[in-house]
Amino acid sequence: MTLELRNVAKRVGAQTHIHETNLVIAEGSFNILLGTTLSGKTTLMQLMAGIQKPSSGEVWFRGRNVTQMPVQKRNVSMVYQQFINYANLTVYENIASPLRLAKLPEAEVASRVNKAAELLRLVPMLQRRPHELSGGQQQRTAIARAIVKDSDLILLDEPLANLDYKLREELRDELPKLFAGRNAIVIYATTEPTEALLFGGNTATLHEGRVTQFGPTSQTYRRPRDLITAQVFSDPPINTAKVVKRDGEIVLSERIKWPAGKAGTAIPDGEYTLAIRPHHISPIDHGNGRAMVEGRVLVTELSGSESVIHFDLNGRTWVSQSHGIHPFEVGSTARLYVDVEQSLFFNAKRELVT
Amino acid sequence: MNKTFDNRAWWLVVPVFLMVAFNALIPLMTVVNFSVQESFGDNVFFWSGVRWFEQVLNSERFHAALLRQIIFTALVLLIEVPLGLAIALAMPRKGPWVSVCLVLMALPLLIPWNVVGAMWNIFALPDIGFLGKLINSLGIHYNYTRQPLGAWFTTVLMDVWHWTSLVVLLCYAGLVSIPDAYYQAAKVDGARPWAVFRYIQLPKLKHVLTIAILLRFMDSFMIYTEVVVLTGGGPGNSTTFLSIDLVKMALGQFDLGPAAAMSIVYFLIILLASWLFYTLMMRNEAR
Amino acid sequence: MAKITLDALKHSYYPNPQREEDWALKRLTLEWADGGAYALLGPSGCGKTTLLNLISGLLHPTEGRILFNDRDVTLASPEERNIAQVFQFPVIYDTMTVYDNLAFPLRNRGVAEPEVDKRVREIAHMLELDAMLKSRAAGLTADGKQKISLGRGLVRSDVNVIMFDEPLTVIDPHLKWVLRSKLKELHRRISRTMIYVTHDQTEALTFADQVVVMNNGEVVQTGTPVELFERPMHTFVGHFIGSPGMNVLTCEVKDGQASVEGYPVETVNAAEYKGDARRLELGVRPEFVTLASSGIPANIVKVADAGRFRIVEARARDRSIKLLVPEGRPIPEGEVHLAFDPRHTQVYEDGWMVGARR
Repeated sequence: MTLELRNVAKRVGAQTHIHETNLVIAEGSFNILLGTTLSGKTTLMQLMAGIQKPSSGEVWFRGRNVTQMPVQKRNVSMVYQQFINYANLTVYENIASPLRLAKLPEAEVASRVNKAAELLRLVPMLQRRPHELSGGQQQRTAIARAIVKDSDLILLDEPLANLDYKLREELRDELPKLFAGRNAIVIYATTEPTEALLFGGNTATLHEGRVTQFGPTSQTYRRPRDLITAQVFSDPPINTAKVVKRDGEIVLSERIKWPAGKAGTAIPDGEYTLAIRPHHISPIDHGNGRAMVEGRVLVTELSGSESVIHFDLNGRTWVSQSHGIHPFEVGSTARLYVDVEQSLFFNAKRELVT
Repeated sequence: MNKTFDNRAWWLVVPVFLMVAFNALIPLMTVVNFSVQESFGDNVFFWSGVRWFEQVLNSERFHAALLRQIIFTALVLLIEVPLGLAIALAMPRKGPWVSVCLVLMALPLLIPWNVVGAMWNIFALPDIGFLGKLINSLGIHYNYTRQPLGAWFTTVLMDVWHWTSLVVLLCYAGLVSIPDAYYQAAKVDGARPWAVFRYIQLPKLKHVLTIAILLRFMDSFMIYTEVVVLTGGGPGNSTTFLSIDLVKMALGQFDLGPAAAMSIVYFLIILLASWLFYTLMMRNEAR
Repeated sequence: MAKITLDALKHSYYPNPQREEDWALKRLTLEWADGGAYALLGPSGCGKTTLLNLISGLLHPTEGRILFNDRDVTLASPEERNIAQVFQFPVIYDTMTVYDNLAFPLRNRGVAEPEVDKRVREIAHMLELDAMLKSRAAGLTADGKQKISLGRGLVRSDVNVIMFDEPLTVIDPHLKWVLRSKLKELHRRISRTMIYVTHDQTEALTFADQVVVMNNGEVVQTGTPVELFERPMHTFVGHFIGSPGMNVLTCEVKDGQASVEGYPVETVNAAEYKGDARRLELGVRPEFVTLASSGIPANIVKVADAGRFRIVEARARDRSIKLLVPEGRPIPEGEVHLAFDPRHTQVYEDGWMVGARR
């Protein structure tokens, strides 16, 4: 009872939009496609839905090969970044439209529309038209339309990107609740790592048309199989450096090195790319075997509760993100403490070494 | 962008194919047929090869008509495109006057071509027409039925009156679609109106202008009805443009072979010029 | 460069504003020092863009005055005000090269060509655009284009103020970090007055020294990021700033002692309560709620992993309370007790913080 992509690839002319991809997505799951603009999120979604046909490979759904089945026959709904509603229909009729197409009896339509409107808190606006609504309400209407029929596949293509920050937070909280207890497969595309984390579920990271990893979100985040995945799934950007492990030490340069610790001892001597997340570097020494580094401060960003310090370490820009307010003069030298046990090491092929 | 592939849709296109076949392809083939054969009636044909084409391409009459046509089209484009653009720029973007302006602009486009010809025929008559009397009262001797120059002036004026609106409407639609932020940024950057036009409006209107020029080129190159009603191609042959000449040859003299050859040449000229225009205007787009 | 004074500014888009809701901007008096970094923060429709356009001169206020260095510019055009503005969507002149784009504001003002060249190269260098000066601006990516818009704002040495209207909306997250720190660095280097308009609290708080929080055409609070975070004067500020926002719980106050669900809670300001509010609420940020051995009993209903911390949603009777638990710290199952940090727990009457003068 799954959606399966078997060796699916999409080429347009000489360009490859999606490289060969194999994915198995379980029914009733919430799945996130995480990647930058143009990384192939939308194309991959459209291949799943049948809006585009793969150049090679097959799409299987519930044990049937549906590669050639057009999207109209697949029971799919979709929500876009732009708020797309029927401008001349009321909110009620907008939500009811997929049910009318399916020729459901009026009583059934009414009960389903009301239920969807209730879930999305649209009940007071049912008789209004889209242009009389705020952006958040318009997008709620579009989402209600997507969930009102029992779709097998619900695609959400950056649906919150055009909303205000706070509205985004609110809807982000509500969305998973809407799909809980349904059989539908939900696919959610986003450019924001934080959003992926907060949703949980499964995450597929995309980079230049390639799915670099797919699995439970926290696993993709905490155990990235390769460097690209770690970079795609990090906000602020993950810090990296070329290091050498030798004599029980991790060596960045002659001056910058620290004892390997548990994480470092486990790997053989040699050259690696070290990656460490910004929140594992702090201006405060919390003990637990942190290594001290000194860096020249480039910029400090202080929000009300956090400090983000951009500093130069051995010619690379690194970032530290920490709780509390830590004002540093730009140009001064800051002492920062790296939680070395959180280090990720990647070999020459950029694969994670454990 | 995102296409749904469903081959059954092709069946829906079949009626259109049939229509196009009947409307365009079959008559066109008839013309091709006539252009390479000679007929003395009774459906008896003799192969004549490219003779008709040679005859047409070498005839002074064709050269003269083609030259008149080119001058006319050039004049019309030179007047209508800048004028249309200027009017579009001057039109209000917001407020109650927008719809008034749009309706006024659309009016000439709604009048049938032969009516336009008839209107101007009367309007410009030197004895009873308003325009004709007005010009003569200014002390300028004007009679479009007798003077070639007067006939040209009237024809061009009529075309400008009839078709500038099309350019206006196209340009206006293009202008309205430019986001406000561009104008605001230009204000903030201290751009003068000329710079706003040169660096914001003109680049954003490029596609629309290409379409306007193409449409006006094709239409004016094929102009027939209005001129026939207005001047009948005269005085003399002074306003006998290609299409008028073609009809004279085919129907007036029943020289079907040369007329067919000329039609094909005519068609190819339009096709070639349109293609040239389009490629030149779009040259910088490919990247 | 200039000090900016907004004096009793009001604006309505209607010709004859009658009702309260006709006003897009309800009356605003503010003073901004020369060379500061300011942010206008609020949800869509709060009036922040109206205010921005009033300052830039794209709109003229219905009432009130705007002064740049004590010179009244209320009716002056954008050009006379000598301001620069960066828009939400990158505005570039498609047909020009990157160089000409940057030079455009200078050439329009008749600056001599050697000076133009010097300024353009300097700014291009700061923005790391040197390599693409000769290429056509239309071919750049979104962040490249936004850098050009930014550069056109920075290139003039005489601007009074540079304004940013949600400039990072179309930029991917990982590039947002780069552009944001670039902007911060530029402000430090050229120390020009900058006003940044956004609905994104992270952008506002990290960019500005002073943040003006707006809602419904009014300023709700002005303060440093730390003040807004630690002492929100209104529950709206508490909710709007911080992610997730402040927990707001109905409470009771008796004899200077606040209580929630019958459990006493230590607060900063309950003692100042005079006792005439229609609505009494207690505000505490998720950052200042901890799992403890005693306190308000609650059940954990949801845990969301945000990487460096987890957002835990607990339910005490029918109230939802959110708290943050750092990465790696265990979260117990079943019933827990919640404790509020007394130094960061405030009482609000009818939305406003008790004891704060309005």
